Amino acid sequence: MSSLGELRNVALSARRRGPRVKTRFTDNKAGYAFLAPWLVGLIVFTIGPMLYSLYLAFTRYNLLQPPRWIGLDNFTQMFSDERLWNSLRVTFTYVIVGVPLQLVIALVIAILLDKGMRGLSFYRSIFYLPSLLGGSVAIAILWTQVFGKDGIVNGFLAWFGIDGPGWISDPNTALGTLIILHIWTFGSPMVIFLAGLRQIPDMYYEAAQMDGAGRLRQFFSITFPLLTPIIFFNLVLQVIFAFQSFTQAYIVSGGSGGPSDSTMFFTLYLYQQAFTQLHMGYASAMAWFLLVIIAAFTGLNFWLSRFWVFYDD
Amino acid sequence: MTTVKQAPAAAPPAPSPRAPSNPDAVARPPRRRARRSTISVLKHAGLITLSVVMIYPLIWLVVSSFKPNGEIFTNISIFTNNLTLDNYVKGWSSQGAPFSLFLLNSSIIVVGAIIGNLISCSLAAYAFARLNFRFRTLFFVLMLGTIMLPIHVVLVPQFIIFKELGWLGTFLPLIVPKFLAADAFFVFLMVQFIRALPNEIFEAARIDGAGHLRSFVQVTLPLMVPALATTAIFTFIWTWGDFFGPLIYLRTTSVFPVSVALKGFVDQQSTSDYGGMFAMSVLSLVPLFIAFLLGQRYLVKGIATTGIK
Repeated sequence: MSSLGELRNVALSARRRGPRVKTRFTDNKAGYAFLAPWLVGLIVFTIGPMLYSLYLAFTRYNLLQPPRWIGLDNFTQMFSDERLWNSLRVTFTYVIVGVPLQLVIALVIAILLDKGMRGLSFYRSIFYLPSLLGGSVAIAILWTQVFGKDGIVNGFLAWFGIDGPGWISDPNTALGTLIILHIWTFGSPMVIFLAGLRQIPDMYYEAAQMDGAGRLRQFFSITFPLLTPIIFFNLVLQVIFAFQSFTQAYIVSGGSGGPSDSTMFFTLYLYQQAFTQLHMGYASAMAWFLLVIIAAFTGLNFWLSRFWVFYDD
Repeated sequence: MTTVKQAPAAAPPAPSPRAPSNPDAVARPPRRRARRSTISVLKHAGLITLSVVMIYPLIWLVVSSFKPNGEIFTNISIFTNNLTLDNYVKGWSSQGAPFSLFLLNSSIIVVGAIIGNLISCSLAAYAFARLNFRFRTLFFVLMLGTIMLPIHVVLVPQFIIFKELGWLGTFLPLIVPKFLAADAFFVFLMVQFIRALPNEIFEAARIDGAGHLRSFVQVTLPLMVPALATTAIFTFIWTWGDFFGPLIYLRTTSVFPVSVALKGFVDQQSTSDYGGMFAMSVLSLVPLFIAFLLGQRYLVKGIATTGIK
């Protein structure tokens, strides 16, 4: 079975039995010895902190005095926190606009980059490079200049006599520039699509050609259905990652989420609550809220996948 | 993993499916062939245009870092006659310490993280892929779950742990978790790789009397060099670019890595040393670019098989 298909089964459904091991006898001692570092890490840095964070979500805690139990107060406060709802709106806009646009472009370019096409590896490198650098501070800084009042974008618009705004400093456009930055990094899903396209056997297309199917028909009858598991895989992962975006918004707004909270991502607001306001309990409650949101989106994606994802096997 | 055929980036293009060896192509009426080549030309023109648009900001950044401060925004083109190294000289020492210190700090963190990930992730991957033990399936599912878990859920308690240990302001919070296989992506990547190795090799090793430790060190590790290389390169790129971790755990200039040092330029934008800011931004990207050039083959394979960036 193909490794991408296998990956999809393992990573996304967890229905699979776990790793195949041909030896039938068990080897507990060696198993736990090899697993020891990971197990320690799991307990000390993941499970333990998760439990403690769940506890902190019901407390008021500023690092200086011991945590004080306040029941559901953090959660009720969240409901009336205007800035929190605004940060959710900003994050949702970013995810719902940015992720699909990025994936559509990645897919279109991947399909344009035919097998055996001249210059394939050149194009792949050029398109992939931004996604490698895109998360770095330097690129976020570059973005503030590209979309600044005197930046490249406005310089380009000036050729057409258009006097562009300061995109980053205008609350109506600041989030849009971050979405463009996200789309700019379409290279990594594109590479995954390219790998998926390569796994579609040529004979399907040959058979379709014999039957007189045109290129458009071939796309909708062969390419797209066979690629849906990979589109789904990309979609699930990109949504999970996009919800957690932080660096770009932090740098572009100088850590403030401005102008007028227009780039205040949920994670940025959480960071501010925890590390500038020292509202550790509130931040923990927000973190669990984020987890629930991401889980809900992922669950929704899985539910919707029954209607459009096609499994060959 | 090996079934995903990714041509090495440097390899010559594979033979075109439209090569004349295909009798169909030879028989094709000339008009149709002409249309196909028109489409091909249009396609390349579109792709090249897109390439230029994609890459222009990066080239502009590099060129601007060599322009005199006054010219950066008055001339948005990438062509100029006045090239200078002033920005590099000024930017180098404008953040409260020489930039070499930040480069060194980043390097220490990166090297520690790479060593930690290579050791701990390969150990865990061997256990998951080759050993049969109680609760293996449960642990495997937990491991996959940690890949998707937002770091924010464990952020505050982890901060408290490191604070209690007295590790704030040191590199330890950024390095020690890597020695405990906290980057589960790589465990998963290596499990996939080890599982694809033929079972006969391990049986032969057992018949020769090798225990699990020898089978791991002398058989598995040498065979999984591509997976280790992928892990090393991705760890390098992610750790070098990581901003969130250092932002939280490091508060004094002398321990800043490059990413946090660069933030200084944004904080004090009133001084508007754009040239210095661009110059140091370029410097911070150079290691990533080198990793990209050297490791392209592994990078492409790595994301194609696991979806990590």
